[in-house]
Amino acid sequence: MVAIEVRGLKRKFGDEVYAVRGVDLDVAEGEIYAFLGPNGAGKTTTVRMLTTLLRPTGGTAKVAGHDVVTEAGEVRKSIGVALQEAALDPLMTGRELILLQATLHGLSRSDGKERAERLLDRVGLDHAADRRVGTYSGGMKRRLDLASALVHSPRVLFLDEPTTGLDPVSRKAIWEEVQALNDDGATIFLTTQYLEEADQLADRVGIIAGGLLVAEDTPTALKAEIGNAHLEIAICDGELERAEAIVADLGKPLPSRNGLLMIELEGGAGGVAPVVRALDEAGLAVESLDLVEPTLDDVFVKKTGRHLEGDDEAAPEAEPAQAEA
Amino acid sequence: MGSLAQNARVVVALGRRSIYQTFRRPQLMAPIIIFPSLLLAVQTGGAGQAVNLPGFPEVNGFLDFMLAGAMIQSCLLAGNSGGIALAVDIEMGFTDRLLAAPISRFSMVLGRLAGTAALGAFSAVYYVVVGLIFGAQIEEGVVGIVLMIVFVTLSAVAFGGIGAAIALRSGSASVVQGLFPLVFVILFLSSAFFPYELMQEPASTIAEYNPVSFIVEGVRDPVISTLTGSDAWRAFASIIGIGAVSLGLSAAALRHRLRTGG
Repeated sequence: MVAIEVRGLKRKFGDEVYAVRGVDLDVAEGEIYAFLGPNGAGKTTTVRMLTTLLRPTGGTAKVAGHDVVTEAGEVRKSIGVALQEAALDPLMTGRELILLQATLHGLSRSDGKERAERLLDRVGLDHAADRRVGTYSGGMKRRLDLASALVHSPRVLFLDEPTTGLDPVSRKAIWEEVQALNDDGATIFLTTQYLEEADQLADRVGIIAGGLLVAEDTPTALKAEIGNAHLEIAICDGELERAEAIVADLGKPLPSRNGLLMIELEGGAGGVAPVVRALDEAGLAVESLDLVEPTLDDVFVKKTGRHLEGDDEAAPEAEPAQAEA
Repeated sequence: MGSLAQNARVVVALGRRSIYQTFRRPQLMAPIIIFPSLLLAVQTGGAGQAVNLPGFPEVNGFLDFMLAGAMIQSCLLAGNSGGIALAVDIEMGFTDRLLAAPISRFSMVLGRLAGTAALGAFSAVYYVVVGLIFGAQIEEGVVGIVLMIVFVTLSAVAFGGIGAAIALRSGSASVVQGLFPLVFVILFLSSAFFPYELMQEPASTIAEYNPVSFIVEGVRDPVISTLTGSDAWRAFASIIGIGAVSLGLSAAALRHRLRTGG
């Protein structure tokens, strides 16, 4: 069954600025779908439309079987939302925030208290439940935000950049929690600008740039579009040409870069051993060897003509590459 | 649970949060208690002889006259503080949390106003106690005190609606904060701190017809004399009028925000 169904979704601000230009996507029940793109690509605008916070100016969207415009109330009952930058009141305690969220979702006082206890324990915040949120670390805030989104056991969970700004340890803790929620049956729609996050968590990835979905598939399939893994081998001085000739039949030779022997392996990691064996038998000493797998960044570059990470400041409104869009 | 009961629960919960927020953030509390208390102390101490001016209403002391002004100043500033707090909620995205929940969207505004009403009631009680401690006499006794608390509480809601409307329209705490001086202009162009009959023109005429003057006089009436029906009704009508306009503006501003996304 489809948990999220989007057709030609558009959002225009003012007369000319399109934040989202016509997105089509389906997310199946129980799936983790990552919406990957740089700042300004249209990720948050899309999430705001799907969570009924913003009216689309074109197209349709259904979440949990309900239209986001005509059945917005039903959509809100079915979804949990953890928004970008953890919109938490620093003056409230963690427990107060969850209890308020429980009231917003119509839970009775006793049910709310019970849920708060269980969720605070689940996200490891039971020890800090009565401290003001303003004293929490970034990771604690995101975990609290996640817990508050779960208070009414939503069918679909929207996480808008859940790990942005977090240290690696906190980021991993959030990933584990998201995975556990999905294992419990929740459909998860997350936006991210981190390739690794999409790669690790998502069943499917949608790449958005300039308000358009430019690619969508499983991370493995997207990377397979780019090509096979390749080897980067550092050979002793003066032996590069001979080495290239020796391994030429073991894969697809690539142009040398930075003095490194480059060869694409059609069999993936299984092709490493024959290459090493051939070089060894020819008496060539290998100084270093790296097997480089295609990344989602390679996919992103192919689809949009630019890198995803570390490129935000340069071009906040990424346009999709025409050739691939 | 019915939808009405659920929305009432939400309004109470948000009102409670609004009260916690005010008590936990001194800069929101200061305008409600500290500023009006200081002005009350300075004016009663420094201008107490004003009661002897020809045409000044007959009062037991200047403090009796000033109490109503301090209360209305407090609830005007409470309304402004409530607006600032709502704008801060918008700026930090907290309102998105409320808007993504299955509740009536105007509950967000009503919750804030419920908190402002509670703060209005609190400030009314506070100024009554302060007044009694420092020798004020409330002519109408307990009934008069109850009436004052009711008027001040309702006024806080009415004025709070203005703060909420500006917060929702602008989404900026600094814009709402910028209205702070305007509160004093409105107060000084009313009979809050001085009888309008003794003011110079055009201030006298402006103050005579300023709805805030009607409210102040409705609150002041039980302190300085036996209850006058006309003063009470004019105060009540002014509160209802201001409240209807401010809540209407808040609803329109909320609709605009939801439609445009900001």
